[in-house]
Amino acid sequence: MTSIPLGHILLLAALLFGIGLAGVLTRRNILVMLMSVEVMMNAVNLTLVGFSRYNGWTEGHVLAFFIIAVAAAEAAVGLAMVLAVFRLKQTTYVDELRLLKR
Amino acid sequence: MTGEQIMFYLLGGGAVLASAAMLLPPMGRSPIHSAISLIVSFFFLAGLYALLSAHMLSVLQIIVYAGAVMVLFTFVIMLLNLNADELQESRITPGRIAAGILALFVFGKLATAIQLTTAGAQSVDLSDPGFANFGSVPEVGRMMYTTFLVPFELVSVLLLVAAVGAVVLAKRSMKYVDRPLPPPAGYEHPAPSDDEGGHDAHAHGGGH
Repeated sequence: MTSIPLGHILLLAALLFGIGLAGVLTRRNILVMLMSVEVMMNAVNLTLVGFSRYNGWTEGHVLAFFIIAVAAAEAAVGLAMVLAVFRLKQTTYVDELRLLKR
Repeated sequence: MTGEQIMFYLLGGGAVLASAAMLLPPMGRSPIHSAISLIVSFFFLAGLYALLSAHMLSVLQIIVYAGAVMVLFTFVIMLLNLNADELQESRITPGRIAAGILALFVFGKLATAIQLTTAGAQSVDLSDPGFANFGSVPEVGRMMYTTFLVPFELVSVLLLVAAVGAVVLAKRSMKYVDRPLPPPAGYEHPAPSDDEGGHDAHAHGGGH
């Protein structure tokens, strides 16, 4: 038994997810947007761990491990793209990347 | 209130505060401060995982997230060498207000769904002998190498592809960017003058 209510774990995860979503939607710096995506992935991991704790499933931990691996791959490729774009345009602001708009 | 609950609310509040500090002006104005508050948030989350008996994930969170991913972030931020006027972003536009309200709306809907569905949830008893190793490295590792062997191997391929892709993308000389594109096949250069035409293979063959 755990004395932490399941609803509070999930509410905390939802709050973190909302913070990450607000970051992706409101900030225009590509680096901060990528960091906000990491926060959202962590919120999902917290949900998986909370459900695993309540149901006694180890599968949730393995799935969270896979999510961590995917997040690491995403960060590596995303940051490489940020570097390539910065070399080309000298900016990290997504508003200034509008080559396809013309 | 038990000690477990007190720890949960302390760690959870810390994680939320650190994540919010990543975005809001005093800390969030420069990317490097955002990255540091995100690292703090990851440590709070690692504590939460340990509290919820996910010992292996708690260690992985620190090694992979706070260790590898955030080092990558801070390195890239320092490598970009942003100047001062790059870092100014405090205009409040209608689009950003609408985006903030949308995020709040998503959170509200999630919170409603959680309130409706989780009332009276009972957890399993981890003091039960069947759960003696719950969330430990041997237990999670065994499941990873038996039930989830194929996804595990696929993840290793994914990481390899990501590593190769990152190297290719971040390489300094991208020849398609530095040089103009080669002319398409079948394109003929406009009328070379006679003295330079001698070097061209086609014009040379025509001379014989």
